[in-house]
Amino acid sequence: RISNVLLCNVTDRVSFWFVVTDSSKNVTTVPGSEVEAAIRMNRNRINSAFLLSDKTLQFLKITSTLSPPVEPSTPVWLIVFGVVLCLIVAGIVVLVVTGIQQRKKKNKESTERENLEEKGEVTVTVENGIPCEALDLKAGHINGVFAADDERFTSL
Amino acid sequence: LSVPSEISKEDGRPKWDNKFQYILSCIGFAVGLGNVWRFPYLCQIHGGGAFLIPYFIALLFEGIPLLHLELALGQCLRKGSIGAWNTISPYLGGVGVGSWMVSVLVSLYYNTVLTWVMWYFINSFQEPLPWSVCPLNENRTGLNKECYESTAVSYFWYRKTLNITPDVTESGTLQWWLILCLATCWAIVYLCTIRGIETTGKAIYVTAIFPYLVLTIFLIHGLTLPGATDGLAYLFTPNLNILKNPRVWLDAATQIFFSLSLAFGGLIAFSSYNPPKNDCEKDAVTVAIVNSVTSLYASIPVFSVLGFKATTGYWDCLDRNIISIINEFDLPEESIMRQNYTAWISFLNSSYPEKIAGLKLKGCNLQEFLDQSVSGTGLAFIVFTQAIILMPGSQAWAILFFIMLFSLGLSSMFGNIEGVFTPLLELQIVPKSMPKEILSGIICLISFLIALCFTLGSGSYWIDIFDSYASSVPLLVIAFFEVIGVVYVYKIKRFSKDVKQMTGRKPNLYWQITWRFISPLLLLIVFMAFVTLQILKPSSYAAWNPKYEGFPMKEEKVYPPWVLAICVLLAVLPCVFVPLVALFHLIKRMRRSEDPSLVPPEVFSCQGANS
Repeated sequence: RISNVLLCNVTDRVSFWFVVTDSSKNVTTVPGSEVEAAIRMNRNRINSAFLLSDKTLQFLKITSTLSPPVEPSTPVWLIVFGVVLCLIVAGIVVLVVTGIQQRKKKNKESTERENLEEKGEVTVTVENGIPCEALDLKAGHINGVFAADDERFTSL
Repeated sequence: LSVPSEISKEDGRPKWDNKFQYILSCIGFAVGLGNVWRFPYLCQIHGGGAFLIPYFIALLFEGIPLLHLELALGQCLRKGSIGAWNTISPYLGGVGVGSWMVSVLVSLYYNTVLTWVMWYFINSFQEPLPWSVCPLNENRTGLNKECYESTAVSYFWYRKTLNITPDVTESGTLQWWLILCLATCWAIVYLCTIRGIETTGKAIYVTAIFPYLVLTIFLIHGLTLPGATDGLAYLFTPNLNILKNPRVWLDAATQIFFSLSLAFGGLIAFSSYNPPKNDCEKDAVTVAIVNSVTSLYASIPVFSVLGFKATTGYWDCLDRNIISIINEFDLPEESIMRQNYTAWISFLNSSYPEKIAGLKLKGCNLQEFLDQSVSGTGLAFIVFTQAIILMPGSQAWAILFFIMLFSLGLSSMFGNIEGVFTPLLELQIVPKSMPKEILSGIICLISFLIALCFTLGSGSYWIDIFDSYASSVPLLVIAFFEVIGVVYVYKIKRFSKDVKQMTGRKPNLYWQITWRFISPLLLLIVFMAFVTLQILKPSSYAAWNPKYEGFPMKEEKVYPPWVLAICVLLAVLPCVFVPLVALFHLIKRMRRSEDPSLVPPEVFSCQGANS
């Protein structure tokens, strides 16, 4: 209803003062604090009624409640940290285990060699640094120099 | 057939798999965080391209000779720092102990810097980046006060990462997130150094080469950013007048010295694993030149990005002013653009001076933005992170940048740890049956526990103290005694013969002159100038205090006496071993000379060790 709109204090920007009257209680003005509280709660609806936002529609003396940034339940950095830590611990475990295995193999080899040398009757014949027992004498190795000998004889 | 592994170790000493691993380890040790965040800053404040003149002179007369000396020493004596100096002369054993002490102190705090890098790295996987927005205050009506008054980047660094206290005497509490990252960093160091150079030799392929890849990517991207050319022009425009200032020469000499990581004992340890006949002269020249070229190469992307940041800041300033003017004069949108801003401003100033004055416009000057020079952690964690927010695809750039910083720091950590590890192995403090893995584990565990002090609220102030006092003066002293010890105690003629045996040619006139006269003299001058400057300038620090009235400027505070005592202790402790050990042996010899039945020990010769 046009009678409810009064023009005063024309400014360059679009601005207006308003009072809220309560028609049910004998047209008295609603106190400012209640209006402020109501606007604070329903800011979104008022903004969308004007198709404006908090940045473009300003209520003097009513600071808008900012929405907090979306935070996931576990902070993202903890997840990344967990992944990195798991990789590192796995790496350490692998290295320590291979170290222990190498050590065991070295100890076993040196005790084996000692045992072989202690038994006087069994002399370890070493060929090119390899004990003869380690060589597999059954399976032969094809020596490439002699394998090609077949070609020396001309085919009939 | 499998050759038993003992055959590859002639005297039980591990060796490098190949020469490339050794060179890469030395380069990785020398190339560190300082190449990225200290050299470009020095270039900027000391007259741009003109700084290269004192830099290369210092490289020629101080860096390369000292590097060659250390590498030749380690290769000839085939021992870590303590063992090597004990062998040269028992009186000089203190030099080795001093090196070892410095390596210990530096390892402690250096890994905490890597902790910060790791923290930023694991926070880079979020959208938006946590240092780009300010958090809200308690009743959610606005932004957090501390953050609003400074910047979001500073807030994330000082509050969310360090949780810094306003004073070095207030220790604050242990920051649990930093403890987690510190444990991870020490676990990574343990993983890579678990078996000494057998494992670091493999890890160095990645940590030494990866930074170059990332620097190249940043170089290409940085050059395409707007404002990059302004930054580069600003960096490299030479101002030859600056050469008259002795401070510039001092900074060049100290930068070369600390950049090459001399006198830590790490280089001696690395070269001690070499075969005896190896051309250490060529190695030294290679490593020194690669280090300097890397510094130059790194400053190009750094300054492109800084130029981009300055230009963006300048444009933001202009845009804010333009909005104020448009609102005030009710001008249509886009009537004032950045290009015609100055024309409009002069027109409006002449026609409506009171209105313009009433707007309180901030003066926008591109030069002012470029002049904001920062070095060290401020460059990486405040300035660069701010620039990264402005780039599209910021998460990827942040991740790449922080992995690069981590690799740079990690490869330097290998050298530090090796400088601690090798002498301990040789001193045989631990029984031979104990595997190497346990010794490296003990070192890492003890260092982690001590380094927990740096995760306190005041930790970053303590790291600055360690950085300025423990890793500056002692190194100069130790390097000076190294040169004097080799040239005048071991005798330069003998040393030249040893080098000839290793490389196949006698060191030429350049080496003779620099080793005998120029390098010791230069070191003495640098040491005295450095100490004089430290004494003259009252030792103060800049504290981040939100309650300070000049906030967000930092508050200048003076160190209390007990902190100053610790600073002096840190600087003096490694140096004091040099005279102490000499005195100890002198007393022992005087006691022994009273008993003529004892035979004096033979003088050691390098050639004797390898025949």
